[in-house]
Amino acid sequence: MSEDRARHSIYAQIESAPSVTDEQEFDSLTDEDTPWVVLVWNDPINLMSYVVFVLQKLFGYSEEKATELMLDVHHKGRAVVSNGTRDEAEVDVSKLHEYGLWATMQKDF
Amino acid sequence: MIEIDISGEERELLKNLIAQLRELVLSTSSEGPLDPSIRRLFPAAHAENQELEREYQKTMRDQLLEKRLSNLDRVEQSLFDKELEPEALSAWITIINDLRLVLGTHLDVSEEEELSLADPNSPDHQQRAIYHYLSHLLGELVDVASI
Repeated sequence: MSEDRARHSIYAQIESAPSVTDEQEFDSLTDEDTPWVVLVWNDPINLMSYVVFVLQKLFGYSEEKATELMLDVHHKGRAVVSNGTRDEAEVDVSKLHEYGLWATMQKDF
Repeated sequence: MIEIDISGEERELLKNLIAQLRELVLSTSSEGPLDPSIRRLFPAAHAENQELEREYQKTMRDQLLEKRLSNLDRVEQSLFDKELEPEALSAWITIINDLRLVLGTHLDVSEEEELSLADPNSPDHQQRAIYHYLSHLLGELVDVASI
């Protein structure tokens, strides 16, 4: 459920981006503009309460939202916890790595 | 300020573990570490793209190392304090979690079976006991920090 919500916000971002009017402008859309998603993967060591704590601290999520994401990670094996440009995603991933969460990033398809 | 009500022995244990963690963290290089627990502390950001992963490690790894070392410093400086500032508490939480990641990786903790204390004669009995202790301590610290 939370993955859907994350996707929804990505689409909203795309829709609100300036509209592309000609080919040249289209070409200027580089890799940088492609949305990336940050994933947290399930691991057997991190405590559930710790994962909720980290998601709240790093992303300012409410306890409900952070718990929902943590349960997604726990039950589905992974969850999308944030999204943005490649640089933004790398910063988020490195923060999650600083806190010992198993995080990766990939282009949103 | 957060009151830390743990014994001198527990603080000595943490001091010892933290020294070992510092040694382990400092033994890393960006040249593909072999110890699996190091890989757990510095995971890959791009699982399927080696080129992007190399770039990520190049830009982020040193920063990540710096942050771990500064958290280690902060915990060492406050290890025998009765009360912790919020920033020190945050460093304690990350470092105790790092210790659990390293120990848990060595003990091959898996989702399926609860890590048991079982046989007191088994060679890793002490490590298991420490892992359980750290899990308990971390749970308490996270509870306090979340209020």
